Order: sequence, then C-alpha cells, then structure tokens
Amino acid sequence: MQGGQILQRLRDRFGGAVVDTHEHRGDATLVVDRGTLVDALRFCRDEPTLGFDVLMDLTAVDYQRYPGREDGPRFDVVYHLYSLAQNHRVRVKVRVDEDDAAVPTAVDLWPIANWFEREVWDMFGVHFSGHPDLRRLLMYEEFVGHALRKDYPINRRQPLIGPKQ
Amino acid sequence: MGVGSFFTSKLDEAIGWARKYSIFQYPFVTACCGMEYMATACSHYDIDRFGAGLPRFSPRQADVLFVVGTISQKMAPVLKRIYDQMTEPKWVVAFGVCTCTGGFYDNYATVQGIDTIIPVDVYIPGCPPRPESVIDGLMKLQDKIATQTQRF
Repeated sequence: MQGGQILQRLRDRFGGAVVDTHEHRGDATLVVDRGTLVDALRFCRDEPTLGFDVLMDLTAVDYQRYPGREDGPRFDVVYHLYSLAQNHRVRVKVRVDEDDAAVPTAVDLWPIANWFEREVWDMFGVHFSGHPDLRRLLMYEEFVGHALRKDYPINRRQPLIGPKQ
Repeated sequence: MGVGSFFTSKLDEAIGWARKYSIFQYPFVTACCGMEYMATACSHYDIDRFGAGLPRFSPRQADVLFVVGTISQKMAPVLKRIYDQMTEPKWVVAFGVCTCTGGFYDNYATVQGIDTIIPVDVYIPGCPPRPESVIDGLMKLQDKIATQTQRF
C-alpha cells in the first residue's frame, strides 16, 4: 500500500483524533491524539490491509526552543511501524506537554516496546503509563535528570557511583 | 654513609631490575584502543622484548593494569573493583586519551579521566596511540619501576 493510501485509511477510521498527516518522498506520517494512540496503533497492527506487525523503533524528540514549536507541546513520541507481509511503513507521532509528559504504553501490542519505552523514559523523561517495569535502561539508577533533553547541560558531571555492595 | 644503607639501595635496584622485566599486565580493554594494544602485543612490535609479553586475565595475578579504551560512568565501579583486587606492587597505565581525560567524549556518559577513580602511573595519549607511543609509555613505566623505592 502506498503511504497516501495508508494515511487515508487511518484518517477515515479515526477522523477527528488525527491531528495531522503528511507524506514526504514516500515517508508517511500520522500525528494522532494521545487518547486515541493505543487504538490507532492496535488498528495499524490488526487491520489486515495495514498489517504493521513490527515496531521498528520507538523514540522521542525534544522540541524545546525549536523554531515554531516554542509554545507548543515539548515532546513528540515517535513510533516507526513496518509490515513484513506488505513491505510498507508508517510513522505515528503523538505530542505531549512537558507538564504532563506521559503516554499509554504499547507493551501489550509489541513486547519490544518494553525496552524502547524504558530507553525513552531514561533519556527524555517521558512516562509510559501501564508499563510493567519502567526503570532506566542505559543509565544507572543514581543518574539525575534525563540526558537527551535539550536543557540538559552538555558538561554536567554526575557523582561517581561506587561498587555495588 | 653506612654499610647498611648502601646495601639497601643496591637491593632496591636489583628488585627494580627484576620487576621491570617481569610485567604481568591485566588488559582492561573496553573500546577501539584494544586493536592498537593487540598490534603492540603481537610479534611485529613485540612487547615480549620488555618482559611484558604475558597478559594475565585475572587481576589477582597481574602487576600492571592497562586501562585500554573509554570508561563509562557505569563501568567505573567495575574498574575500581578490578584495581582493588590486584595485589601490591601494582601500577596503572592509562592507554589512549579517553582514559587520560575522557577524550572527545565530554558528555553525560563518560568518566573524564580514570585518575578520578584510581591512581595512574603512566599516561599514553593518542586516539588511538601508535605502537611506538605504547612502547615509549611501557619503557617510561619500566624506568619508574626500576627507580622507585621497592616495597616487598
């Protein structure tokens, strides 16, 4: 299925919950409302014509001080989906505010989301509600802050951790 | 100068001479510098000429800790424990800029020089250091071992 057809299918199904869609050189992107996110992801996975059975990537973007997004929601959480059977892809985004940086978990849909979401929590401090085990993935538990946020100083030093007792 | 002090100094030298040619290293290899370490250790450059040809893969049997490659904050406690497990006398070589200063990894994940965790005897800069630099560092370490006050 072409990107435009995928987006059309999703717009038909979710209507007002779709905040934005765009397509650039074959990369189709759907921006969806947070309340509809899990429904949209489940539809992408289970609808036979879409069949997105692989969650290729789950990450986030910090748009703090980004031109045009100064006042808007600070974070985008980004899902890259791929269908093995159909060989097509779609990108799903959801926008969240800094004060309420939480997204429903996708672990129930794709088990791989477990570690992806832990990484996003670790690096960006976006919470995933319903996640079974939301701990830091890459950094150690004594680490203070979230390293990939734009307001994390590049040269901030963390206290050294001693050997585990 | 008494006879005793003269004798002690010569014993120091004899022990220093023996120790500097029997370096058993523990290669703590974490990153790309390891390739250059292997090149130095193999027959072309041949650190066996300096009595350092037998790496030990247990810190309890090693004299010199070669820290080769970037040390992350998460790895720091492991490195500290390895150092603590080595028996005296022991020396530490910081191999490559990452271990000397953190190198270009001025970021949230990297230790800014292993001397923030453990004492270092010889710093070998370079990214990675050429085998010639490593051999130069090894010979400086040998000088240090030979001329220091020996404890035994």
